[in-house]
Amino acid sequence: MNYDWRWSVFLQPTLGGAMNYAELLLRGAGITVVTAVLAWLIALSLGTLIGVLRTVPVRSLNAIARSYVEIFRNIPLLLQLFLWYFVLPELLPESAGNWLKALPHGSFYVAFIGLGFYTASRVAEQIRSGIQSLPKGQTNAGLALGMSLPQVYRHVLVPRAYVTMLPTLTSEGLAIMKNTSVALTIGLAELTAQARAMQEYSFHVFEAFSAATVMYFALNVVIVQFARLIERRTAHLA
Amino acid sequence: MNAKALTVLVLGATSLVASAQGLSGTMAKVAETKVITIGYRESGIPLSYVDDKQQPVGYAIDLCMQVAEAVKKELKMPTVEIKFASVNGSTRIPLIANGTVDLECGTTTNNVERQKQVAFSTTTFIAAARFASKRVDKLSDVDDLKGKTVTANAGSNNLELANKLNTSRNLGLNILPSKDFAEGFLMLETGRANALVLDDILLAGVVANSKDPSKYVISSQALSAEPYAIMMRRDDPAFKKVVDDSLKHIYASGAAAKLYAKWFQAPIPPRGITLNLPPSKALQQVWKTPIDSADPAAYTVE
Repeated sequence: MNYDWRWSVFLQPTLGGAMNYAELLLRGAGITVVTAVLAWLIALSLGTLIGVLRTVPVRSLNAIARSYVEIFRNIPLLLQLFLWYFVLPELLPESAGNWLKALPHGSFYVAFIGLGFYTASRVAEQIRSGIQSLPKGQTNAGLALGMSLPQVYRHVLVPRAYVTMLPTLTSEGLAIMKNTSVALTIGLAELTAQARAMQEYSFHVFEAFSAATVMYFALNVVIVQFARLIERRTAHLA
Repeated sequence: MNAKALTVLVLGATSLVASAQGLSGTMAKVAETKVITIGYRESGIPLSYVDDKQQPVGYAIDLCMQVAEAVKKELKMPTVEIKFASVNGSTRIPLIANGTVDLECGTTTNNVERQKQVAFSTTTFIAAARFASKRVDKLSDVDDLKGKTVTANAGSNNLELANKLNTSRNLGLNILPSKDFAEGFLMLETGRANALVLDDILLAGVVANSKDPSKYVISSQALSAEPYAIMMRRDDPAFKKVVDDSLKHIYASGAAAKLYAKWFQAPIPPRGITLNLPPSKALQQVWKTPIDSADPAAYTVE
């Protein structure tokens, strides 16, 4: 292997000279984290809503929620981001489309919204199975105590579903962090994109991707630790 | 004798042959393995790309085929097989470094930073970064771009160039990175960007292949000079000499000018489009006096 390994390359300035490669990657990691966090907020809130709608005793709402899940879960994420970014503005009235195209940081908005909608469909399925795994008696007991059905969901079913499904929700949290890298296809300068940029400018491809790997790993270790903490705190509820 | 011992013996014998000829580096490797591998790009029209039969073709590929033949001649081994391997922006360095690819014949710019990692042959082509825009927008030089949205390949020299021009000339550009130049062109086509900054030869290819090429103009103003070269493993002067000598011969004999006409001034596969680009003064200068400089100033781009 004829390769010039040099870890000090991270301290070298990039072509533009404004910052060094370590800074370039850290900025990418920052964008990755912000995108993942915002996407997760959408995924968890929208996913919970859709998951609940899949279990309520109203046929039409079940059908709507089910369609949402099937559409967003069955189209590849890459394609979804591409559709949001390139196709949606062409379908809107021209003025709205042009406004959307001229929006600064457009790829960032598309990335976290698109990723959030996609992950919401997966979270919804987990919430649904979490709710359905609870004994029927829980709902009946709640109703017998004089709660309305929304109250039963709010105080009994959803909290218990969260606790039951915590391990799989953690996996979704890990997946969302890694899935942000798909957004490089719509030009978001996140961690993987910056690692690619670094190898293009410096030709130190192994150093660039090693650093990106370590950063993804570190970010996900933080998520796992955080999830463990929640698991411990909520263990008495399960 | 078991098979393993036999392999060791055979390998030992062939390396003896190689070292007996006083070979080292890539020349020794080719002599031993009887294979030389050319790395090609999928979409570097017309330098290095795949045609409708999925065969690597192009100006750089033709040059490399002749270089590979020169290597065979130098080794006096006519049975050496020429193989192809697809490379992209991320894989070209590892594949050169680990010995999968011996000659990378694509659209790689020779620059000083990269020379720490790989070696470059004599310059094979000189591109210049320019920008394409819609004809109706009437954008002819960099100053017309003030306040406009510009796109370039994420992580490319062109993107850095756009950033630099933006600060040095105070243009107030909105710079959008795109994944590759097909997507960059899509941004221009759909109006998400007003201009696409790219090496002119690639721009010519993308525009020529678009739905309506007459709708776009490529700036006459050049923003930089990008010397392309064949990429090889570094610290292998013997191999570089063979490559450079054969390129020199191709340039001096006029074969390069003929190949140039074939790829740049005549219909090319897959769609029979003619790029109609006469050789630049800078390239003609290189044909006369071949150089391998990474300094853009060494190439006088008009």
